[in-house]
Amino acid sequence: MKRFSGLNLFAEAFNGHKGWPEHWPDKAPKAAYDVIIIGAGGHGLGAAYYLAAKYGITNVCVIEKGWLGGGNAGRNTTIIRSNYLYDESAHLYDHAVKLWDGLSQELNYNVMYSKRGVLMLAHNVHDIQSFKRHIHANRLNGVDNEWLSTEACKAYCPPLDISPNARHPVLGGALQRRGGTARHDSVAWGYARGAVARGVDIIQNCAVTGIRRGPDGAVIGVETEKGFIGAKKIGVSAAGSTSLVMRMAGLDFPLESYPLQALVSEPVKPIFPCVVMSNTVHAYISQSDKGELVIGAGTDAYVSYSQRGALHIIEHTLAAICEIFPIFTRMRMLRTWGGIVDVTPDRSPILAKTPVPGLYVNCGWGTGGFKATPGAADLLAHTIAHDAPHAINAPFNLDRFRNGRLIDEAAAAAVAH
Amino acid sequence: MSGYRLAAGGRIDRSRPLAFSFDGQGYQGFAGDSLASALVASGVTLFGRSFKYHRPRGLVGMGPEEPNALVTVDRGPARITPNLRAPQVALHDGLQAKSQNRWPSLKFDVAALNDVFGALFPAGFYNKTFMWPRSAWEKLYEPVIRQLAGLGDSPVARDPDHYDATYAHCEVLVVGGGIAGITATLEAAAHGGRVILIDEQDELGGGALADPVQWAALDALKEKLAAAGNVTVMTRTTAFGYYHQNFIGATQSLTDHLAPADASGPRERLWRIRAGEVVLAQGAIERPLVFNGNDVPGVMLASAGRMLALRYGVAVGHAVVVMAAHDSGWRDALALAGAGVHVAAIIDVRNVVGADLADAARDAGIAVHIGCAITAVHGRHAVTGVTFAANGTGPACKLACDAVLMAGGWTPSVHLWSHAKGSLTWSEAWGAYLPGTPIENCRAVGAGAGAWDMGHGVVTAVLPSHIDVRAQKAFVDFQNDVKARDIHLAVQEGMRSIEHIKRYTTNGMATDQGKTSNLNGLQIASAALGRPVEQIGLTTFRPPYTPQTFGALMGHHKDALFQPVRKSPIDEWATEHGAVFENVSNWRRARYFPRGGEDMDAAVLRECAAVRRSVGIFDASTLGKIEVVGPDAAEFLNRMYTNPWKGLQPGRCRYGLLLREDGFITDDGVSARMADDRFHLTTTTGGAARVLGMMEDYLQTEWSDLDVWLTSTTEQWAVIALQGPRARDVIAPLVSGIDLGAEAFPHMAVREGTIAGVPTRLFRVSFTGELGFEINVPASEGRKVWEEVWDAGQAHGITAYGTETMHVLRAEKGFIIVGQDTDGTMTPYDMGLDWAVGKKKPDFVGKRSLARPDMGLPGRKQFIGLLTEDPQDLLEEGAQVVADPDAPMPMPMIGHVTSSYRSAALGRTIALAVIADGRARIGQTIFVPMPGKVIRATVTAPMFYDAEGSRLNA
Amino acid sequence: MILIHCPYCEEDRPEVEFTYGGEAHIARPLDPGALDDRQWETYLYIRRNPRGAHAERWRHAHGCARFFNAVRDTVTDRFEVTYKTGEPRPAGDTK
Ligand SMILES: Cc1cc2nc3c(=O)[nH]c(=O)nc-3n(C[C@H](O)[C@H](O)[C@H](O)COP(=O)(O)OP(=O)(O)OC[C@H]3O[C@@H](n4cnc5c(N)ncnc54)[C@H](O)[C@@H]3O)c2cc1C
Ligand SMILES: [Zn+2]
Repeated sequence: MKRFSGLNLFAEAFNGHKGWPEHWPDKAPKAAYDVIIIGAGGHGLGAAYYLAAKYGITNVCVIEKGWLGGGNAGRNTTIIRSNYLYDESAHLYDHAVKLWDGLSQELNYNVMYSKRGVLMLAHNVHDIQSFKRHIHANRLNGVDNEWLSTEACKAYCPPLDISPNARHPVLGGALQRRGGTARHDSVAWGYARGAVARGVDIIQNCAVTGIRRGPDGAVIGVETEKGFIGAKKIGVSAAGSTSLVMRMAGLDFPLESYPLQALVSEPVKPIFPCVVMSNTVHAYISQSDKGELVIGAGTDAYVSYSQRGALHIIEHTLAAICEIFPIFTRMRMLRTWGGIVDVTPDRSPILAKTPVPGLYVNCGWGTGGFKATPGAADLLAHTIAHDAPHAINAPFNLDRFRNGRLIDEAAAAAVAH
Repeated sequence: MSGYRLAAGGRIDRSRPLAFSFDGQGYQGFAGDSLASALVASGVTLFGRSFKYHRPRGLVGMGPEEPNALVTVDRGPARITPNLRAPQVALHDGLQAKSQNRWPSLKFDVAALNDVFGALFPAGFYNKTFMWPRSAWEKLYEPVIRQLAGLGDSPVARDPDHYDATYAHCEVLVVGGGIAGITATLEAAAHGGRVILIDEQDELGGGALADPVQWAALDALKEKLAAAGNVTVMTRTTAFGYYHQNFIGATQSLTDHLAPADASGPRERLWRIRAGEVVLAQGAIERPLVFNGNDVPGVMLASAGRMLALRYGVAVGHAVVVMAAHDSGWRDALALAGAGVHVAAIIDVRNVVGADLADAARDAGIAVHIGCAITAVHGRHAVTGVTFAANGTGPACKLACDAVLMAGGWTPSVHLWSHAKGSLTWSEAWGAYLPGTPIENCRAVGAGAGAWDMGHGVVTAVLPSHIDVRAQKAFVDFQNDVKARDIHLAVQEGMRSIEHIKRYTTNGMATDQGKTSNLNGLQIASAALGRPVEQIGLTTFRPPYTPQTFGALMGHHKDALFQPVRKSPIDEWATEHGAVFENVSNWRRARYFPRGGEDMDAAVLRECAAVRRSVGIFDASTLGKIEVVGPDAAEFLNRMYTNPWKGLQPGRCRYGLLLREDGFITDDGVSARMADDRFHLTTTTGGAARVLGMMEDYLQTEWSDLDVWLTSTTEQWAVIALQGPRARDVIAPLVSGIDLGAEAFPHMAVREGTIAGVPTRLFRVSFTGELGFEINVPASEGRKVWEEVWDAGQAHGITAYGTETMHVLRAEKGFIIVGQDTDGTMTPYDMGLDWAVGKKKPDFVGKRSLARPDMGLPGRKQFIGLLTEDPQDLLEEGAQVVADPDAPMPMPMIGHVTSSYRSAALGRTIALAVIADGRARIGQTIFVPMPGKVIRATVTAPMFYDAEGSRLNA
Repeated sequence: MILIHCPYCEEDRPEVEFTYGGEAHIARPLDPGALDDRQWETYLYIRRNPRGAHAERWRHAHGCARFFNAVRDTVTDRFEVTYKTGEPRPAGDTK
C-alpha cells in the first residue's frame, strides 16, 4: 500500500500520477480461509479490516456478489448519530461514533467524516417529551445531545421555517453536535484498501450460493459462483439479502427486506449547514460537500428486492421537505435511487452468533446502519475472533425474539395519545 | 449577417425583438429564441465555469444534454432558479439571467486557480489528503471545498409560485414529438382510444426543427394531430420517470416561458399518467469527441451548431471547423454551409469517408482533412484556432477558426426504457446500447430505438494524439471536469467496474447525468481495461431523466393541504374563546383557555381547581370511536382486549386494554355495552385508525366465523366531557329520558335519552376522578349542545378546560395515557393494570407473549408516582431516574419520568414514572440528576388524590 | 405505483388505496398457550422474506376495506395472482 499524503500527492502530480497502485488487486480465491465474510459492504469490509488489523486474523476473504460497496454502503444518505434512547443502543452507536473520529487517519483514507451536527425537530408535545427523554438518557450515558429552542433551531439551521402557523410548527429540537455525515464510498473503499494491505482477499462478482456444513453441523465453507471455498468461520454481513443467505445455512430469520429510496438535488452553493431530521413530518436532509441536497425518504410499503421504489413516495418526501423548508420548492431533484434494507421486528440489529457453529451474523440495520459501520465491523470481528460477542453487542442477539427482551427504539418514540 | 445572426432562416420571429440581460449586460433576441441562441447570436461564447477547476466554458449542446451553459434565472423577488440550461430557457421579454460558480466575475474567476494546480487534484484526490491535522478537515478543508463546489445559489425566500398535480389515463402514451413520435401517435390514434403525445420542447418536431427540408411535412403531420379527436398533445412536458405498470411521471412547464407579468396560474404541473401502451420516441443525443482542448468555449456538438443555424438562424462562428468521427458531422457541415455559415474545414479521424460526402464538401468549398485529429484547441474564453495532425501524430497543421463542432456519433436515449427495466443490447454500429426486450407493454421507435439512419461512424475512445493522455486536457464529463486521464487513473488504481469508475471520477454524475459523457467514459474504460464494453457494464439509469422541480412533485401538498388538519365540531367555539391549540396526531385540540394575560401554568392551575371545585367542560370529540355490532360482538371484544367482556351488562361501561400480539400495550379506552349485540368503543385520539385496522385484521382473517361488524364512528359523535361535583346539576335541566340519580345511573354506566332535545348516548365516566359525564351527540349538533351546556353551567361557575388540564387531573388519579406513560415496551403488569387482565380467559391478543421468559423477570420497569422532596420542584418529563447519583458515567438509569405537573389540588408538584421494580421501591428515595443539580424524590403509589374514589362515585 | 387487483371489487386499483399486511398464510395458532417459546417466536417474527414469489396480505383500505391475499414476485414487484381471504394459496407456485 502506498501511503496517501499531501506530499505523495504532490510528488505524484509531477509523475503524472503513475505511481499510485491498485486499491484492491483482483485475486483468485484460495482453497480455504480462516474466516470468510459474505458481503463487501462497509460492515463486511470493515470486519475484515479489524480481523486483520486488531484481532490478528489475516487469512480472511470477503466475498461479494456485485462490486464492493455497491449495496447500501453506497446508497445511503450517510447520516451519523448516536443519540439513541436505550442504553444498549446508545453504547452500540456511540462505539461507532468514537471510531468515526480518527477513522480517516487510521485507514490513511479520507472518509470525510464531518461533525456537522444532527438536529431532530420536535413538532408537538409528544415529540418534546420523547426528545427530552432521549437527551436526559444520553447525558447520563455520556452521549452528547442537547435541547434547542425554536429560535436556536433557526439559528443553527437558517433555511428552517419556524412560523408558528406552519402545519407542523417547530417547537424545538434535539441536537447532537457530534452527529454528521461521511462520504459513503470512501468508507467502503478505505476499509477495502486497508484490509487488502493487511492480507485480506476481496473477491468481487462472486455470489455465495450455498453454505456447507460438516457432519457436526459446523460450517466448513461456502459454495460460490467461482466454486467451493473452505472456511473455519463465516461472518454474514449481507444487509438486504440476509434472509436469503441465512436460509443457505438452514436458518429462518426474523427479517423483512424493504426498498428505501433517497434522492439528491442539483448542487448549489452552501445553504444547509447541518443534518435535519423530522420524524413527524418524515423528512431527512443534509447538503453534501458537492453541494447537493441529500434527502431520504421512507421505506416503500411492501417487501421487495426490486430496488425500484414508487413515485408517490418521492412526492411525499419532497412535500415533507418543502413543508419544513419552503425555500426549496424551486430546487430540482437530480437523481433518485433505492436500496434494500433488512428490518427486524424491533428495528434493532442482530449482531451475534447463530445456532450454527462457526456462523456469525450482522444484519437488521434497516434504515440506519451506515452510522454504525465502524462499530458494527469491529464488533463483528470481535465476535468472530472470540467466538463470543463483545459486551456491547451481546444484547443484540437472536434470543431476544424468543424471550421478549426486545430493544425497541421505534416503539419508544411511539405516537399514540 | 449582423454579428452571428444569419440574415435569414430559422423559426424565430424577427418581427418581435425581445430585450434580455445576462450578467447585467443588455442583449436583444427574437421571439422563438432560447437564451442560448440569443446569446450566441450576440457573440457570447463564455457561458459558465466548470464545477471543479472553474474552467471557462461555453455551450456544448442545445438540449437536455447541456453540461456547461447553466444559468440562474431571476423572475423577481423569491423567484430565482439556479442551474437552468441556457438552451432550454425560452427567451421572453425582460428575461434576466446570470452566470454561476464564479467570483468575482465570469471572465475573471479567482477559483480558476484550481485549474492551475489541476495536477494536484486528479480523480479521488480528496480521499488521499486533507487528513492532517485531524481537526482541519471540518474546520478548514471542508468549508473551502464546499465554497468552491456547488453551482448556482439556492433560493433563500419562500417561493410565491404554486404547483399543480393531476392524473391522466390513456390507451397509448407517446414520449417524444419528433417525426417518429408523431407518426407513432397518428398510428395509435387511428386505432381509436385516448392517445397522449408529450414533448419537452416548446414545439413539436424534435430533430426536424433543425432541418427545414422537413418543415412542410412536419406541418402536415401537426395538422393531422390537431384533426384527430382522440389525441392530446402536451409540449414543454418532460416524461421524467417510468414506473411500475406503465405509470409515467411527467412535468409540464406552464409559465417560465412567459414574461413574469404575463404569467398566471401554476408554474408547473405534475402529470401522473397511466398508459396501456407506452411508445418511447426520445431520439438520440450526439456524443462529443474526447481530445485535447475540447472544452474551450466555442467547441460544441455539431448538432448544436446545426440547431443554432437552422432553427434559430444563428451562426456559431465566422469560421467553423468540424471534427468528425461520424457522417452526421459532414451533413451538419453541409447544412451549415447551405445556411450561409462559413465552414472552414472538416477534419475526420476516419481514413475513409463516403465519396458523396467528400465531394459535396469540396463542392461547398469546405477544406477536408481525412484521417486527421485535432491535437490542440487555441483560445481561452473563445476558440481562436486548432492544431491538427494526420492520425494525431503527423506534422502539426494550424487552422484559424472561431468554432469547432464535434461529431462523435449518436447515443439513443434509453433512459425511460431502462427505468422500466427493459433490457439493453450493445450495438457495435452505434457504439451504444439500444433497447432490447421490454418488460412492460412498451416499445421504442425512431432514433431512440436505433431505427433511424444517422449515417456511419467510428467509435473512438480518445482521438489519437502525439501527446500522452495524462498531459491532455481532454474532457469526458465537462461539468464535473473529468478528463480521459482521470478514467485511466481510476483503472490504474484498481477500479474495474463502471460503477466504481463513475464514483471514483464522478463521470456522469453532473446535472446532465452523463448524457454526453457516459458512453465516452465507457469506451475509455474499456480501452484502459482491455475488455469489451459489454463486459464493463453500464451504470443504471434512474429517474428523473432531467432534473425536476421539488415544487412540482410537492404539488398541492403544502401548508394546510400537506396533511389536512382534523378539527372537532367544537373547534370554532374554542377559537372564539381564546383557546391555545396543540397538534395531537392529525387533530388539533384546545390545550388551555387562557384568561387575561395568563400563561399556560396559570391557566391550567385555574382550570384544574375549577373542575375539582365546581365543574369543567372539555371537548373529547377527537377520541376514536368504533361501533361494534353483531351477535358475536362480546366474544370478539373478549378476544381482542385483555379484559373480560362477556359478563358486561347492557348499560354498563368498562375500561378496555388492548395489547399487540407481542404483549405490549398499544391502546386503551372506556367502552360501553349499548345492547347485547352492540358496543360503543372508544380508543385514544391517535390510535383510532390503527385499532380499527387491527380489529378488522383479526376479524376478517383469523375469526371470520364471528358475526360482527365494525364501523368507525369517530366523526359521527361530538363528545362533551362534563366533569366536577356540579356536573349533574348542570345537565339535569337539559336531560330527559334518563334518571341521573347516583343509584339509577352509577359510575361506569351509559344511558340513552336526549339532552337539549338532541338524542344522546350519555356516559357516566370520569377521567378526572370527579363525578363526570361524557355526552355523545351527533357531530352536527355538537356545538349547539355544547353551548346549551355552557349556558346552563354559568350558574355553577362552569370552566372550559383543555388537554393540559385533562392531563393533570388524570395524573392526580394515576390514570395512564398510552403513548406518554407507556412507550410500546410496557405490559399491563408493568403498568399496574393486572386488574384489567382477565385471568381466566384462555386467550386474548398478546396473552401468549406475556408468558415469554423475559416478561416476568424482576427488574422490569413499573409504573409509580414520584413526589419531589421540594414540593415546588417540577421534574422534567423524560428526565431519567437513578438509584445512585454519584455513580460514575455512564450512570446506571432505573427509569424515567413520564408525566409531571403542578397539582392545584395538592398545592405541589406530582409526577408519574416507570422505574425498575418500582412497586418494591415505594417509600424509598430516588434521584433525578439534572444539569447542575440532583433532584430527590420519594416513590409513591401512582395515586395522589381521592384514593378511595368517593368523588367519582358521588 | 403498482396496480393491485382487488378480488372483492374485481378491479385493478392503484397501490395507494391499499395497505400492506405482511406475509400471508401465517395463521394465528388456535391455542397459543399450547405453543412453546420457540414456536411462538416463529409465529410472531420469523418470515420467509423470499426473492421471488411471495404470498402476502393486502387490505383494500380505501375501497372495500377487505383483506385479501396475493402472490407477488419480489424481484419485479409484479403480481401473479390475488385471491380472497380463506382461499388456499394457488398451486403452481413453488417455494
Ligand atoms: C436509501 C438509503 C438511505 C440510508 N440512509 C442511512 C443514513 O442516513 N444513515 C445510516 O446510518 N444508515 C442509512 N441507511 C442504511 C445503511 O445504508 C445500511 O444499514 C448499511 O449500509 C448496511 O451495511 P453494509 O454497508 O454492510 O450493507 P451493504 O452495503 O448492503 O452490504 C451487503 C453486501 O452483501 C452483498 N451480498 C448479499 N448477498 C450476497 C451473496 N449471496 N453473496 C455475496 N455477497 C452478497 C451485497 O451485494 C452487498 O454488497 C440507508 C440505506 C438506504 C438504502
Ligand atoms: Zn376492494
